[in-house]
Amino acid sequence: MKTLYTTLKYSAVTLWSMFVIAPFLWAISTSFKDFNSVTSGVSYIPWLQFEPSFEGWKVLTKPASEGGINIVEPYFNSIFVTLISSLISIILGTLAAYALSRFTFKAGFVKNSDITFFFISQRIMPPIVLSIPFFLMLGYLSLLDTLMGLVMVYIVLLMPIAVWIMVDFFNKVPREIDETALIDGCNPYQAFYKVVLPNSIPGLIVAGMFCIIFGWIDFFFAFILTFTEVQLLPVAIVALNSSITPWWSLSAAALVSVAPLIVVAFIVERYLSKGNLSGAIK
Amino acid sequence: MNFKHKFVFLMPGLLVLLGILIFPIIFTVRLSFSGWDSFNPGLDFIGIENYIRLFTDDKRFWESFLRLGFLSITTVFLQYIIGFGLALLVWKEIKFKRFFRVLFLIPMMTTPVIMTVIWRTFFHESLGPVNDFFSLFGMAPPWLSHEVLALVTVMIVEVWQWTPFMFLLMLAGLLSLPKEPFLAAAIDGASSIRKFIYVTFPLMAPISIGAIIIRLIEASKIMDTIFVLTSGGPGTSTETSSFYIFIKGLREFQIGYSATLSFTYLIIMIISLTFIAKFLTKIFMKGDAE
Repeated sequence: MKTLYTTLKYSAVTLWSMFVIAPFLWAISTSFKDFNSVTSGVSYIPWLQFEPSFEGWKVLTKPASEGGINIVEPYFNSIFVTLISSLISIILGTLAAYALSRFTFKAGFVKNSDITFFFISQRIMPPIVLSIPFFLMLGYLSLLDTLMGLVMVYIVLLMPIAVWIMVDFFNKVPREIDETALIDGCNPYQAFYKVVLPNSIPGLIVAGMFCIIFGWIDFFFAFILTFTEVQLLPVAIVALNSSITPWWSLSAAALVSVAPLIVVAFIVERYLSKGNLSGAIK
Repeated sequence: MNFKHKFVFLMPGLLVLLGILIFPIIFTVRLSFSGWDSFNPGLDFIGIENYIRLFTDDKRFWESFLRLGFLSITTVFLQYIIGFGLALLVWKEIKFKRFFRVLFLIPMMTTPVIMTVIWRTFFHESLGPVNDFFSLFGMAPPWLSHEVLALVTVMIVEVWQWTPFMFLLMLAGLLSLPKEPFLAAAIDGASSIRKFIYVTFPLMAPISIGAIIIRLIEASKIMDTIFVLTSGGPGTSTETSSFYIFIKGLREFQIGYSATLSFTYLIIMIISLTFIAKFLTKIFMKGDAE
Protein backbone atom coordinates (compact mmCIF):
# COMPACT_ATOMS: atom_id res chain seq x y z
CA MET A 1 0.00 0.00 0.00
CA LYS A 2 2.72 2.42 1.05
CA THR A 3 4.97 1.55 -1.86
CA LEU A 4 2.07 1.75 -4.28
CA TYR A 5 1.31 5.24 -3.05
CA THR A 6 4.94 6.30 -3.36
CA THR A 7 5.17 4.90 -6.88
CA LEU A 8 2.02 6.72 -7.90
CA LYS A 9 3.24 9.94 -6.35
CA TYR A 10 6.55 9.89 -8.17
CA SER A 11 5.02 8.87 -11.49
CA ALA A 12 2.52 11.74 -11.28
CA VAL A 13 5.24 14.26 -10.49
CA THR A 14 7.51 12.91 -13.22
CA LEU A 15 4.74 12.88 -15.78
CA TRP A 16 3.84 16.49 -15.14
CA SER A 17 7.53 17.48 -15.16
CA MET A 18 7.89 15.97 -18.60
CA PHE A 19 4.89 17.91 -19.83
CA VAL A 20 6.36 21.12 -18.39
CA ILE A 21 9.79 20.58 -19.90
CA ALA A 22 8.71 19.23 -23.31
CA PRO A 23 8.25 22.55 -25.16
CA PHE A 24 11.52 23.88 -23.78
CA LEU A 25 13.47 20.83 -24.92
CA TRP A 26 11.83 21.07 -28.31
CA ALA A 27 12.73 24.76 -28.54
CA ILE A 28 16.33 24.09 -27.55
CA SER A 29 16.64 21.36 -30.17
CA THR A 30 14.94 23.47 -32.84
CA SER A 31 17.15 26.47 -32.16
CA PHE A 32 20.14 24.50 -33.47
CA LYS A 33 18.47 23.50 -36.71
CA ASP A 34 18.45 25.11 -40.10
CA PHE A 35 16.01 25.05 -42.98
CA ASN A 36 16.98 21.55 -44.11
CA SER A 37 16.89 19.86 -40.73
CA VAL A 38 13.51 21.41 -39.92
CA THR A 39 11.82 20.41 -43.15
CA SER A 40 13.39 17.00 -43.59
CA GLY A 41 11.31 15.44 -40.82
CA VAL A 42 11.06 15.47 -37.08
CA SER A 43 14.39 15.15 -35.29
CA TYR A 44 15.49 15.82 -31.76
CA ILE A 45 19.14 15.22 -31.03
CA PRO A 46 21.83 17.35 -32.68
CA TRP A 47 24.84 15.55 -34.22
CA LEU A 48 23.03 12.24 -33.99
CA GLN A 49 19.94 13.11 -35.98
CA PHE A 50 20.85 16.37 -37.66
CA GLU A 51 23.88 18.57 -38.22
CA PRO A 52 23.63 21.46 -35.72
CA SER A 53 23.71 24.99 -37.01
CA PHE A 54 24.15 28.13 -34.94
CA GLU A 55 22.41 30.38 -37.42
CA GLY A 56 19.36 30.78 -35.18
CA TRP A 57 21.45 32.16 -32.35
CA LYS A 58 23.82 34.27 -34.44
CA VAL A 59 21.00 36.08 -36.16
CA LEU A 60 19.72 37.48 -32.85
CA THR A 61 22.55 39.94 -32.36
CA LYS A 62 22.96 41.08 -35.96
CA PRO A 63 21.32 44.35 -36.99
CA ALA A 64 18.37 44.07 -39.34
CA SER A 65 20.40 45.52 -42.24
CA GLU A 66 22.53 42.36 -42.30
CA GLY A 67 19.56 40.07 -42.32
CA GLY A 68 19.50 39.74 -38.56
CA ILE A 69 16.66 40.04 -36.10
CA ASN A 70 17.67 42.55 -33.53
CA ILE A 71 16.02 41.59 -30.27
CA VAL A 72 18.48 43.50 -28.08
CA GLU A 73 16.61 46.75 -28.28
CA PRO A 74 13.15 45.22 -27.73
CA TYR A 75 14.69 43.39 -24.79
CA PHE A 76 15.75 46.60 -23.10
CA ASN A 77 12.45 48.26 -23.97
CA SER A 78 10.58 45.41 -22.31
CA ILE A 79 12.73 45.55 -19.20
CA PHE A 80 12.35 49.32 -18.97
CA VAL A 81 8.57 49.37 -19.41
CA THR A 82 8.04 46.45 -17.02
CA LEU A 83 10.23 47.81 -14.26
CA ILE A 84 9.04 51.42 -14.40
CA SER A 85 5.37 50.56 -14.56
CA SER A 86 5.72 47.94 -11.80
CA LEU A 87 7.51 50.43 -9.60
CA ILE A 88 4.90 53.15 -10.07
CA SER A 89 2.06 50.67 -9.62
CA ILE A 90 3.53 49.31 -6.42
CA ILE A 91 4.17 52.72 -4.88
CA LEU A 92 0.71 54.05 -5.70
CA GLY A 93 -0.99 50.72 -5.06
CA THR A 94 0.64 50.22 -1.68
CA LEU A 95 -0.33 53.70 -0.51
CA ALA A 96 -3.92 53.18 -1.65
CA ALA A 97 -4.03 49.71 -0.12
CA TYR A 98 -2.82 51.09 3.19
CA ALA A 99 -5.55 53.71 3.16
CA LEU A 100 -8.18 51.11 2.28
CA SER A 101 -7.01 48.75 4.99
CA ARG A 102 -6.65 51.28 7.83
CA PHE A 103 -9.15 54.08 7.34
CA THR A 104 -12.87 54.11 6.63
CA PHE A 105 -14.13 55.89 3.59
CA LYS A 106 -17.73 56.73 3.08
CA ALA A 107 -19.32 58.77 0.37
CA GLY A 108 -22.98 58.02 -0.13
CA PHE A 109 -23.22 54.29 -0.78
CA VAL A 110 -19.53 53.97 -1.65
CA LYS A 111 -17.57 52.19 1.06
CA ASN A 112 -14.04 50.80 1.39
CA SER A 113 -14.92 47.49 -0.19
CA ASP A 114 -16.43 49.26 -3.20
CA ILE A 115 -13.27 51.26 -3.76
CA THR A 116 -11.19 48.09 -3.46
CA PHE A 117 -13.52 46.41 -5.93
CA PHE A 118 -13.14 49.33 -8.30
CA PHE A 119 -9.38 48.84 -8.28
CA ILE A 120 -9.52 45.09 -8.71
CA SER A 121 -12.30 45.16 -11.28
CA GLN A 122 -9.91 46.77 -13.76
CA ARG A 123 -8.51 43.28 -14.24
CA ILE A 124 -11.86 42.04 -15.56
CA MET A 125 -11.62 44.32 -18.56
CA PRO A 126 -10.16 42.46 -21.51
CA PRO A 127 -7.34 44.39 -23.18
CA ILE A 128 -9.35 44.61 -26.36
CA VAL A 129 -12.05 46.74 -24.67
CA LEU A 130 -9.51 49.38 -23.74
CA SER A 131 -7.27 49.15 -26.75
CA ILE A 132 -9.30 51.27 -29.17
CA PRO A 133 -9.95 54.16 -26.76
CA PHE A 134 -6.33 53.97 -25.60
CA PHE A 135 -5.19 54.08 -29.19
CA LEU A 136 -7.15 57.29 -29.80
CA MET A 137 -6.17 58.78 -26.45
CA LEU A 138 -2.45 58.11 -26.83
CA GLY A 139 -2.67 59.41 -30.39
CA TYR A 140 -4.19 62.63 -29.07
CA LEU A 141 -1.46 62.97 -26.42
CA SER A 142 1.14 62.02 -29.08
CA LEU A 143 2.26 59.12 -26.91
CA LEU A 144 1.55 56.41 -29.46
CA ASP A 145 4.57 54.28 -30.23
CA THR A 146 6.49 55.60 -27.21
CA LEU A 147 7.71 53.93 -24.03
CA MET A 148 5.90 56.51 -21.88
CA GLY A 149 2.58 55.66 -23.47
CA LEU A 150 3.07 51.99 -22.72
CA VAL A 151 4.11 52.68 -19.14
CA MET A 152 0.89 54.64 -18.69
CA VAL A 153 -1.21 51.79 -20.02
CA TYR A 154 0.64 49.18 -18.00
CA ILE A 155 -0.01 51.09 -14.79
CA VAL A 156 -3.72 50.43 -15.34
CA LEU A 157 -2.87 46.78 -15.86
CA LEU A 158 -0.63 46.39 -12.82
CA MET A 159 -1.93 48.69 -10.12
CA PRO A 160 -5.00 46.51 -9.45
CA ILE A 161 -2.69 43.57 -8.71
CA ALA A 162 -0.64 45.63 -6.28
CA VAL A 163 -3.78 46.90 -4.54
CA TRP A 164 -5.32 43.43 -4.34
CA ILE A 165 -2.26 41.82 -2.75
CA MET A 166 -1.39 44.70 -0.45
CA VAL A 167 -4.92 45.22 0.93
CA ASP A 168 -4.97 41.55 1.90
CA PHE A 169 -1.53 41.85 3.37
CA PHE A 170 -2.12 45.02 5.39
CA ASN A 171 -5.30 43.50 6.78
CA LYS A 172 -3.11 40.86 8.36
CA VAL A 173 -0.53 43.30 9.77
CA PRO A 174 -1.81 44.04 13.28
CA ARG A 175 -3.20 47.54 13.72
CA GLU A 176 -1.44 47.80 17.07
CA ILE A 177 1.85 48.34 15.24
CA ASP A 178 0.79 51.64 13.74
CA GLU A 179 -1.16 52.66 16.82
CA THR A 180 1.92 52.21 19.00
CA ALA A 181 3.96 54.24 16.55
CA LEU A 182 1.38 57.03 16.64
CA ILE A 183 1.37 57.09 20.43
CA ASP A 184 5.15 57.28 20.35
CA GLY A 185 4.78 60.54 18.49
CA CYS A 186 5.10 59.57 14.84
CA ASN A 187 2.84 61.31 12.37
CA PRO A 188 0.83 58.95 10.15
CA TYR A 189 3.38 59.15 7.33
CA GLN A 190 6.26 58.28 9.61
CA ALA A 191 4.25 55.45 11.13
CA PHE A 192 3.64 54.09 7.65
CA TYR A 193 7.16 54.58 6.39
CA LYS A 194 9.16 53.57 9.46
CA VAL A 195 6.99 50.92 11.04
CA VAL A 196 4.40 49.42 8.70
CA LEU A 197 6.47 49.30 5.53
CA PRO A 198 9.43 47.40 7.02
CA ASN A 199 6.95 44.83 8.28
CA SER A 200 5.44 44.42 4.84
CA ILE A 201 8.47 43.26 2.86
CA PRO A 202 7.01 39.79 2.05
CA GLY A 203 3.82 41.38 0.74
CA LEU A 204 5.80 43.86 -1.31
CA ILE A 205 7.87 41.06 -2.79
CA VAL A 206 4.80 39.11 -3.85
CA ALA A 207 3.17 42.22 -5.27
CA GLY A 208 6.34 43.12 -7.10
CA MET A 209 6.71 39.63 -8.45
CA PHE A 210 3.16 39.53 -9.81
CA CYS A 211 3.49 43.02 -11.31
CA ILE A 212 6.70 42.05 -13.06
CA ILE A 213 5.21 38.81 -14.38
CA PHE A 214 2.03 40.38 -15.69
CA GLY A 215 3.90 43.35 -17.11
CA TRP A 216 6.49 41.22 -18.83
CA ILE A 217 4.05 38.80 -20.39
CA ASP A 218 1.63 41.34 -21.83
CA PHE A 219 1.44 41.21 -25.59
CA PHE A 220 -1.75 42.78 -26.74
CA PHE A 221 -1.29 46.41 -25.67
CA ALA A 222 2.25 46.47 -26.97
CA PHE A 223 0.95 44.96 -30.20
CA ILE A 224 -1.74 47.60 -30.72
CA LEU A 225 -0.05 50.68 -29.33
CA THR A 226 3.41 50.50 -30.86
CA PHE A 227 4.56 50.21 -34.48
CA THR A 228 8.13 50.83 -35.48
CA GLU A 229 9.87 53.23 -33.12
CA VAL A 230 9.38 51.17 -30.02
CA GLN A 231 9.02 47.42 -30.00
CA LEU A 232 8.59 45.18 -27.01
CA LEU A 233 10.01 41.70 -26.88
CA PRO A 234 6.81 39.64 -27.34
CA VAL A 235 5.80 41.73 -30.34
CA ALA A 236 9.24 41.42 -31.88
CA ILE A 237 9.15 37.66 -31.53
CA VAL A 238 5.60 37.14 -32.73
CA ALA A 239 6.48 39.26 -35.75
CA LEU A 240 8.79 36.39 -36.76
CA ASN A 241 5.81 34.08 -36.85
CA SER A 242 5.03 34.84 -40.49
CA SER A 243 4.16 32.48 -43.31
CA ILE A 244 7.75 31.37 -43.78
CA THR A 245 8.70 31.04 -40.16
CA PRO A 246 12.39 30.75 -39.32
CA TRP A 247 11.80 28.15 -36.62
CA TRP A 248 15.41 28.16 -35.50
CA SER A 249 15.78 31.87 -34.74
CA LEU A 250 12.25 31.90 -33.38
CA SER A 251 13.13 29.19 -30.89
CA ALA A 252 16.38 30.85 -29.92
CA ALA A 253 14.65 34.20 -29.44
CA ALA A 254 11.89 32.57 -27.41
CA LEU A 255 14.40 30.88 -25.13
CA VAL A 256 16.31 34.10 -24.60
CA SER A 257 13.13 35.97 -23.82
CA VAL A 258 11.76 33.57 -21.21
CA ALA A 259 15.10 33.29 -19.41
CA PRO A 260 14.98 36.34 -17.12
CA LEU A 261 11.69 35.48 -15.46
CA ILE A 262 12.76 31.94 -14.74
CA VAL A 263 15.00 33.56 -12.15
CA VAL A 264 11.78 34.80 -10.58
CA ALA A 265 10.63 31.19 -10.18
CA PHE A 266 13.74 30.47 -8.10
CA ILE A 267 13.16 33.53 -5.93
CA VAL A 268 9.52 32.57 -5.36
CA GLU A 269 10.48 29.03 -4.38
CA ARG A 270 13.12 30.30 -1.96
CA TYR A 271 10.60 32.46 -0.18
CA LEU A 272 7.99 29.72 -0.24
CA SER A 273 10.33 27.25 1.41
CA LYS A 274 11.36 29.76 4.03
CA GLY A 275 7.68 30.29 4.77
CA ASN A 276 7.83 34.01 4.15
CA LEU A 277 5.40 34.06 1.26
CA SER A 278 2.71 31.94 2.74
CA GLY A 279 1.40 34.83 4.76
CA ALA A 280 1.47 37.16 1.83
CA ILE A 281 -0.57 35.18 -0.67
CA LYS A 282 -4.03 34.55 0.56
CA MET B 1 -7.34 59.49 12.67
CA ASN B 2 -7.18 62.85 11.06
CA PHE B 3 -9.52 63.27 8.13
CA LYS B 4 -6.90 64.66 5.76
CA HIS B 5 -4.28 61.93 5.99
CA LYS B 6 -6.32 59.09 4.63
CA PHE B 7 -6.87 60.91 1.37
CA VAL B 8 -3.16 61.58 1.00
CA PHE B 9 -2.68 57.82 1.02
CA LEU B 10 -5.59 56.86 -1.21
CA MET B 11 -5.81 59.66 -3.73
CA PRO B 12 -2.58 59.36 -5.73
CA GLY B 13 -3.40 55.83 -6.82
CA LEU B 14 -7.10 56.41 -7.30
CA LEU B 15 -6.59 59.63 -9.26
CA VAL B 16 -3.93 58.16 -11.53
CA LEU B 17 -6.13 55.16 -12.29
CA LEU B 18 -9.21 57.29 -12.84
CA GLY B 19 -7.21 59.81 -14.84
CA ILE B 20 -6.02 57.17 -17.25
CA LEU B 21 -9.29 55.24 -17.41
CA ILE B 22 -11.97 57.89 -17.37
CA PHE B 23 -11.61 58.76 -21.01
CA PRO B 24 -11.49 55.17 -22.32
CA ILE B 25 -14.56 54.14 -20.32
CA ILE B 26 -16.75 57.12 -21.16
CA PHE B 27 -15.56 57.02 -24.73
CA THR B 28 -16.43 53.32 -25.09
CA VAL B 29 -19.95 53.92 -23.82
CA ARG B 30 -20.38 56.90 -26.16
CA LEU B 31 -18.85 54.98 -29.04
CA SER B 32 -21.29 52.13 -28.53
CA PHE B 33 -24.09 54.48 -29.64
CA SER B 34 -22.34 55.48 -32.84
CA GLY B 35 -22.02 53.91 -36.23
CA TRP B 36 -18.29 54.53 -36.61
CA ASP B 37 -16.88 52.23 -39.26
CA SER B 38 -14.46 52.47 -42.15
CA PHE B 39 -17.05 53.96 -44.54
CA ASN B 40 -18.36 56.40 -42.04
CA PRO B 41 -15.68 57.42 -39.55
CA GLY B 42 -16.81 59.86 -36.89
CA LEU B 43 -18.85 60.06 -33.74
CA ASP B 44 -22.41 60.22 -35.01
CA PHE B 45 -25.35 59.18 -32.90
CA ILE B 46 -27.45 56.26 -34.02
CA GLY B 47 -29.22 55.48 -30.77
CA ILE B 48 -29.46 51.88 -29.71
CA GLU B 49 -29.20 50.47 -33.22
CA ASN B 50 -25.98 48.64 -32.37
CA TYR B 51 -27.56 47.05 -29.34
CA ILE B 52 -30.54 45.90 -31.38
CA ARG B 53 -28.16 44.35 -33.88
CA LEU B 54 -26.24 42.63 -31.09
CA PHE B 55 -29.30 41.14 -29.43
CA THR B 56 -31.24 40.15 -32.53
CA ASP B 57 -28.78 39.56 -35.31
CA ASP B 58 -25.40 38.43 -34.01
CA LYS B 59 -25.29 34.75 -33.34
CA ARG B 60 -21.52 34.76 -33.73
CA PHE B 61 -20.99 36.91 -30.66
CA TRP B 62 -23.15 34.76 -28.43
CA GLU B 63 -21.51 31.61 -29.76
CA SER B 64 -18.08 33.04 -29.03
CA PHE B 65 -19.31 33.99 -25.58
CA LEU B 66 -20.56 30.47 -24.84
CA ARG B 67 -17.31 29.05 -26.17
CA LEU B 68 -15.38 31.37 -23.88
CA GLY B 69 -17.52 30.22 -20.96
CA PHE B 70 -16.88 26.59 -21.79
CA LEU B 71 -13.17 27.17 -22.38
CA SER B 72 -12.50 29.18 -19.24
CA ILE B 73 -14.58 27.03 -16.90
CA THR B 74 -13.06 23.78 -18.16
CA THR B 75 -9.47 24.99 -18.18
CA VAL B 76 -9.75 26.65 -14.77
CA PHE B 77 -11.33 23.51 -13.36
CA LEU B 78 -8.48 21.39 -14.77
CA GLN B 79 -5.91 23.87 -13.52
CA TYR B 80 -7.46 23.78 -10.07
CA ILE B 81 -7.49 19.99 -9.85
CA ILE B 82 -3.99 19.57 -11.25
CA GLY B 83 -2.54 22.56 -9.39
CA PHE B 84 -4.03 21.44 -6.08
CA GLY B 85 -2.89 17.86 -6.70
CA LEU B 86 0.67 18.92 -7.49
CA ALA B 87 0.75 21.22 -4.48
CA LEU B 88 -0.32 18.31 -2.26
CA LEU B 89 2.36 16.10 -3.81
CA VAL B 90 5.26 18.46 -3.17
CA TRP B 91 3.85 19.81 0.08
CA LYS B 92 5.37 17.18 2.34
CA GLU B 93 8.36 14.86 2.14
CA ILE B 94 9.34 14.05 -1.42
CA LYS B 95 12.77 13.77 -2.96
CA PHE B 96 14.01 16.79 -4.93
CA LYS B 97 11.17 18.82 -3.40
CA ARG B 98 12.65 22.20 -4.20
CA PHE B 99 13.56 21.19 -7.73
CA PHE B 100 9.99 20.12 -8.49
CA ARG B 101 8.58 23.26 -6.89
CA VAL B 102 10.69 25.51 -9.10
CA LEU B 103 9.97 23.43 -12.17
CA PHE B 104 6.21 23.52 -11.61
CA LEU B 105 6.32 27.31 -11.32
CA ILE B 106 8.22 27.94 -14.52
CA PRO B 107 5.47 27.92 -17.19
CA MET B 108 3.73 30.80 -15.45
CA MET B 109 6.86 32.92 -15.81
CA THR B 110 6.98 32.53 -19.57
CA THR B 111 5.26 34.89 -21.94
CA PRO B 112 2.11 33.21 -23.31
CA VAL B 113 2.44 34.48 -26.88
CA ILE B 114 6.05 33.48 -27.11
CA MET B 115 5.42 30.01 -25.74
CA THR B 116 2.43 29.71 -28.03
CA VAL B 117 4.69 30.31 -31.00
CA ILE B 118 6.72 27.34 -29.78
CA TRP B 119 3.57 25.30 -29.19
CA ARG B 120 2.54 25.99 -32.76
CA THR B 121 5.67 24.29 -34.01
CA PHE B 122 5.19 21.59 -31.37
CA PHE B 123 1.74 20.72 -32.71
CA HIS B 124 2.72 21.16 -36.34
CA GLU B 125 0.93 18.54 -38.41
CA SER B 126 3.90 17.08 -40.23
CA LEU B 127 7.00 18.60 -38.61
CA GLY B 128 6.06 18.62 -34.94
CA PRO B 129 7.01 16.09 -32.26
CA VAL B 130 3.40 15.44 -31.19
CA ASN B 131 2.49 13.98 -34.53
CA ASP B 132 5.84 12.27 -34.70
CA PHE B 133 4.65 10.38 -31.64
CA PHE B 134 1.21 9.70 -33.08
CA SER B 135 2.70 8.51 -36.34
CA LEU B 136 3.97 5.48 -34.40
CA PHE B 137 0.33 4.43 -34.35
CA GLY B 138 -0.19 5.48 -37.93
CA MET B 139 -2.19 8.54 -36.96
CA ALA B 140 -1.74 12.20 -37.85
CA PRO B 141 -4.31 14.25 -35.95
CA PRO B 142 -4.74 17.69 -37.56
CA TRP B 143 -4.30 19.56 -34.25
CA LEU B 144 -4.75 23.07 -35.47
CA SER B 145 -7.06 22.64 -38.43
CA HIS B 146 -9.79 20.48 -36.95
CA GLU B 147 -12.64 22.22 -35.14
CA VAL B 148 -12.62 20.15 -31.97
CA LEU B 149 -8.91 19.37 -31.88
CA ALA B 150 -8.02 23.06 -32.25
CA LEU B 151 -10.07 23.79 -29.15
CA VAL B 152 -8.36 20.92 -27.34
CA THR B 153 -4.96 22.29 -28.35
CA VAL B 154 -5.86 25.72 -27.00
CA MET B 155 -6.94 24.07 -23.75
CA ILE B 156 -3.72 22.07 -23.44
CA VAL B 157 -1.66 25.22 -23.89
CA GLU B 158 -3.78 27.12 -21.38
CA VAL B 159 -3.47 24.35 -18.80
CA TRP B 160 0.28 24.21 -19.32
CA GLN B 161 0.62 27.95 -18.96
CA TRP B 162 -1.58 28.62 -15.95
CA THR B 163 -1.65 25.51 -13.77
CA PRO B 164 1.46 26.94 -12.03
CA PHE B 165 -0.56 29.92 -10.88
CA MET B 166 -3.03 27.63 -9.11
CA PHE B 167 -0.13 25.53 -7.88
CA LEU B 168 1.55 28.58 -6.37
CA LEU B 169 -1.56 29.85 -4.60
CA MET B 170 -2.51 26.38 -3.31
CA LEU B 171 1.01 25.54 -2.15
CA ALA B 172 1.35 28.88 -0.36
CA GLY B 173 -2.01 28.14 1.23
CA LEU B 174 -1.02 24.63 2.30
CA LEU B 175 2.23 25.89 3.80
CA SER B 176 0.42 28.45 5.90
CA LEU B 177 -2.13 26.01 7.37
CA PRO B 178 -2.12 25.68 11.16
CA LYS B 179 -0.64 22.43 12.51
CA GLU B 180 -3.17 21.70 15.28
CA PRO B 181 -6.05 20.26 13.21
CA PHE B 182 -3.64 17.78 11.61
CA LEU B 183 -2.31 16.69 14.97
CA ALA B 184 -5.84 16.20 16.23
CA ALA B 185 -6.71 14.13 13.17
CA ALA B 186 -3.54 12.05 13.61
CA ILE B 187 -4.42 11.35 17.22
CA ASP B 188 -7.88 10.24 16.13
CA GLY B 189 -6.11 7.87 13.72
CA ALA B 190 -7.72 9.34 10.61
CA SER B 191 -6.58 7.88 7.26
CA SER B 192 -4.94 10.25 4.78
CA ILE B 193 -8.06 10.32 2.63
CA ARG B 194 -10.26 11.23 5.57
CA LYS B 195 -7.69 13.79 6.68
CA PHE B 196 -7.91 15.41 3.27
CA ILE B 197 -11.72 15.45 3.18
CA TYR B 198 -12.30 16.63 6.73
CA VAL B 199 -9.25 18.76 7.48
CA THR B 200 -7.19 19.91 4.51
CA PHE B 201 -9.96 20.62 2.04
CA PRO B 202 -12.20 22.68 4.34
CA LEU B 203 -9.20 24.67 5.55
CA MET B 204 -8.24 25.37 1.94
CA ALA B 205 -11.74 26.43 0.91
CA PRO B 206 -11.31 30.21 1.17
CA ILE B 207 -8.02 30.07 -0.74
CA SER B 208 -9.61 27.84 -3.37
CA ILE B 209 -12.43 30.29 -3.96
CA GLY B 210 -10.04 33.20 -4.27
CA ALA B 211 -7.75 31.32 -6.63
CA ILE B 212 -10.59 30.10 -8.87
CA ILE B 213 -12.14 33.54 -9.15
CA ILE B 214 -8.83 35.17 -10.04
CA ARG B 215 -8.12 32.51 -12.63
CA LEU B 216 -11.61 32.82 -14.11
CA ILE B 217 -11.12 36.56 -14.48
CA GLU B 218 -7.77 36.08 -16.16
CA ALA B 219 -8.89 33.13 -18.28
CA SER B 220 -11.86 35.03 -19.63
CA LYS B 221 -9.45 37.45 -21.27
CA ILE B 222 -7.77 34.72 -23.30
CA MET B 223 -6.67 36.28 -26.54
CA ASP B 224 -2.90 36.09 -27.09
CA THR B 225 -2.87 32.31 -27.25
CA ILE B 226 -5.73 32.12 -29.71
CA PHE B 227 -4.34 34.96 -31.79
CA VAL B 228 -1.09 33.09 -32.39
CA LEU B 229 -2.21 29.49 -32.24
CA THR B 230 -5.34 29.35 -34.36
CA SER B 231 -6.42 32.94 -35.14
CA GLY B 232 -9.88 31.87 -34.07
CA GLY B 233 -10.01 29.17 -36.70
CA PRO B 234 -10.66 26.84 -38.32
CA GLY B 235 -13.72 28.87 -39.22
CA THR B 236 -14.85 30.38 -35.96
CA SER B 237 -14.34 27.23 -33.93
CA THR B 238 -11.86 28.69 -31.43
CA GLU B 239 -13.10 32.25 -31.46
CA THR B 240 -13.68 33.76 -28.02
CA SER B 241 -15.38 37.04 -27.14
CA SER B 242 -12.16 39.04 -26.96
CA PHE B 243 -11.04 37.72 -30.30
CA TYR B 244 -14.39 38.43 -31.92
CA ILE B 245 -14.35 41.99 -30.57
CA PHE B 246 -10.81 42.31 -31.93
CA ILE B 247 -11.93 41.17 -35.38
CA LYS B 248 -14.89 43.52 -35.47
CA GLY B 249 -12.98 46.48 -34.09
CA LEU B 250 -9.50 46.30 -35.50
CA ARG B 251 -9.83 44.05 -38.54
CA GLU B 252 -13.18 45.17 -39.93
CA PHE B 253 -13.00 48.63 -38.32
CA GLN B 254 -16.58 48.56 -37.10
CA ILE B 255 -15.38 50.59 -34.15
CA GLY B 256 -18.83 51.67 -32.96
CA TYR B 257 -20.21 48.16 -33.00
CA SER B 258 -17.15 46.69 -31.31
CA ALA B 259 -17.61 49.23 -28.49
CA THR B 260 -21.16 47.94 -28.11
CA LEU B 261 -19.82 44.41 -27.88
CA SER B 262 -17.17 45.45 -25.37
CA PHE B 263 -19.60 47.25 -23.14
CA THR B 264 -22.17 44.45 -23.18
CA TYR B 265 -19.42 41.91 -22.55
CA LEU B 266 -18.14 43.82 -19.52
CA ILE B 267 -21.59 44.06 -17.97
CA ILE B 268 -22.22 40.33 -18.48
CA MET B 269 -18.79 39.46 -17.07
CA ILE B 270 -19.23 41.53 -13.93
CA ILE B 271 -22.66 40.05 -13.28
CA SER B 272 -21.66 36.46 -13.96
CA LEU B 273 -18.45 36.67 -11.93
CA THR B 274 -20.44 37.98 -8.97
CA PHE B 275 -22.79 35.01 -9.31
CA ILE B 276 -19.94 32.52 -9.70
CA ALA B 277 -18.28 33.94 -6.58
CA LYS B 278 -21.52 33.48 -4.60
CA PHE B 279 -22.01 29.98 -6.02
CA LEU B 280 -18.46 28.86 -5.19
CA THR B 281 -18.72 30.24 -1.68
CA LYS B 282 -21.82 28.15 -1.27
CA ILE B 283 -20.26 24.85 -2.39
CA PHE B 284 -16.90 25.22 -0.73
CA MET B 285 -18.20 26.59 2.54
CA LYS B 286 -20.93 24.00 2.96
CA GLY B 287 -18.98 22.28 5.74
CA ASP B 288 -18.62 25.50 7.67
CA ALA B 289 -22.26 26.46 7.58
CA GLU B 290 -23.44 23.34 9.31
